[in-house]
Amino acid sequence: MSDEIKISIRNLYKIFGPEPEQALEHVRDDMDKTELLEAHGHVLGLKDISIDMLAGKITVIMGLSGSGKSTLIRHLNRLIEPTAGEVIVDGEDVLAYDETQLRELRREKMSMVFQHFALLPHRTVLENAATPLDVVGVPRSEWEDEARKWLERVGLEGQDNQHPHQLSGGMQQRVGIARALTSNSDIMLMDEAFSALDPLIRTDMQNLLLALQEELHKTIIFITHDLDEALKLADHLVILKDGMVIQQGEPQKILMHPNDPYITDFISDINRARVLRVRSVMEPESGPRSGLAGEVDLNENLETVIAMSGGDTNLSYRVTKEGEPVGILSVKKLVRALVPSAASDEGIRAKAS
Amino acid sequence: MASYDFLFNALGLRDWCDAGSSTAPMSMADLIGKTKGADAPAASFWDFPFPSMDALNHACGSFPQSRAVTKGLEDGFLSIKDGMSVVLDPITQPLSWFLEGALWLFATTPWWIMIPLMMLVVQLVARSVALTSFVGGCIALLAFIDYYEYAMQTLAIIFVCATICVVIGVPIGIAMSRSDKFQRIAIPILDMLQTLPTFVYLIPLIFLFSVTEPKLYGIAIILYAIVPVIRLTNLGIRLVDERVIEAADAFGMTSRQKLLRVQIPLALPNIMAGVNQTIMMSLAMVVIASLVSAPGLGVLVLRGIRNLELGVGLVAGLGIVLLAVILDRVTKAALARVNVAHQQ
Ligand SMILES: Nc1ncnc2c1ncn2[C@@H]1O[C@H](COP(=O)(O)OP(=O)(O)O)[C@@H](O)[C@H]1O
Ligand SMILES: [Mg+2]
Repeated sequence: MSDEIKISIRNLYKIFGPEPEQALEHVRDDMDKTELLEAHGHVLGLKDISIDMLAGKITVIMGLSGSGKSTLIRHLNRLIEPTAGEVIVDGEDVLAYDETQLRELRREKMSMVFQHFALLPHRTVLENAATPLDVVGVPRSEWEDEARKWLERVGLEGQDNQHPHQLSGGMQQRVGIARALTSNSDIMLMDEAFSALDPLIRTDMQNLLLALQEELHKTIIFITHDLDEALKLADHLVILKDGMVIQQGEPQKILMHPNDPYITDFISDINRARVLRVRSVMEPESGPRSGLAGEVDLNENLETVIAMSGGDTNLSYRVTKEGEPVGILSVKKLVRALVPSAASDEGIRAKAS
Repeated sequence: MASYDFLFNALGLRDWCDAGSSTAPMSMADLIGKTKGADAPAASFWDFPFPSMDALNHACGSFPQSRAVTKGLEDGFLSIKDGMSVVLDPITQPLSWFLEGALWLFATTPWWIMIPLMMLVVQLVARSVALTSFVGGCIALLAFIDYYEYAMQTLAIIFVCATICVVIGVPIGIAMSRSDKFQRIAIPILDMLQTLPTFVYLIPLIFLFSVTEPKLYGIAIILYAIVPVIRLTNLGIRLVDERVIEAADAFGMTSRQKLLRVQIPLALPNIMAGVNQTIMMSLAMVVIASLVSAPGLGVLVLRGIRNLELGVGLVAGLGIVLLAVILDRVTKAALARVNVAHQQ
């Protein structure tokens, strides 16, 4: 169950402009974004994107502004039509859907949370949260409790009759999340949902999302331009640049083995001790061994281990998973992992920038 | 001999010209020319005439005179007039009934019901005691100087015409907002309706309908006053935040749901601004429409002009100003309430 593919994107292309089909030929011939714009007046939105998104997991798509993140996520519920490629949800080709089927998909399978909240300003908080039920014709008497339940779940008790403009940004986005949850859909699309919020509130919201996810196990597609946020939330991380996927995989793997100078550059400023986990640095070995300083869980971050060791690089620890020994972590190896990997040598970084 | 003889001679049209010359009607210029004996080529290059239709007619009798243009338009209009009347008369007949009904209703309802009723409406719309008492005071003042009846007639006409403007104009505005093609066609028409001098509206209408029918002025007022509500409905819907529209799409709203639950409510401040302007323009037009038998304060203004009754004209003018202030304040107060509910 855990590896069931919920959404699959295959060789997706999107070109903005009057004659995308023609421009597509150039893109397939490897013309890059700048050249396509200058020579043919078309904007390359997405190029040959293939991603599998697992059920019940958070897939984070990260990239700088203009890299095509919003364009990509809008293909999942066809707010944007692709130039070429496939989008498969639950085994069905979404692109073959007619208008009615598409509406069903948007009403029942996918809900969306927006960067700028996009609440209905003339409706109350409760009415906004109930939008998905209201749209399918559920009468007010029946949706009231459901909407209220989700508002409470996101921490908005007693604000039912406020209007969105009376709430702070963070609270408005809570309404946005409640609205998405009320639809009871399996899939939640979140386009820079927390980017417009202050840092502290953003952390709160990330924690809220993780707590909800623990309980609900939705398939979440989360867009962000913030690496820390991406690393915190992602089960699967996709890094986008100029409309292309340059690396995707488990976040820890990307941190340990960036395959592109662009990513190396990107990850060079983060606090590696905090985001890297023991499991990414340990050596698998379960046999008995003497002289170990103690035990750590494989999902601890390196910061914890450094604190435990008191900075002594001669120590080694037994790594456990649910109490069972699975490997050994030496603090020497840990310290080496804190230095961004060889790919980030000054030479390559200079070339990248 | 005329200045442009050479032209027709050169083109070899002399025979054609002479054949038609005797049947051509004589223009005023011709007559004047005859009496002065001035039907001769220009004395000097300095006086050489522009090749206008009349100048060419001098040289060639078969060439039409300029009055043929206006005459042609008139004949054309008269020839389709009967056909148009057959179609337009029944369609517009309800307008006459509405106007007559409203005039009757406003006239027969006793003042001690009418004035409190209006104050109640103002209170409900504007939720402002100050404004309600101001309106009550103004109407009482008009009644005190015996202008109550005229003021009520004016209000009745505005009530009917502005309501019809909204009922017709809002859907047209919505249609414009949904189709760029329709918008491209409609905007020049709206521009024309708005810039055409108001008296010019009345001319074809007088030919089409009998002057004794209320719908004559009703149509004139509606044509003139409907423009802002159409424009602002269109604009309002086009200005609705795209991000909210996108959210509506993402949650699977049908286009009808989107229109009723998102676009119209969010466009409401603009639509209300359009209604305000429509009402003000109805008031402006109802005064002019008294030329074609619209009753109300406009009639008194007209009397002031015709009979040089300075006092009557001025007081009626002030009465119109009072009505304008009332209507403007009340609709603006309603607009302000809508705006508060729409703050982002
Ligand atoms: N409707 C459009 N027409 C033309 N270009 C567009 C359109 N939408 C997006 N783009 C372009 O596609 C690229 C990706 O945009 P977007 O997906 O919004 O990026 P992101 O969300 O990552 O900031 C940008 O270069 C943008 O200018
Ligand atoms: Mg974006």
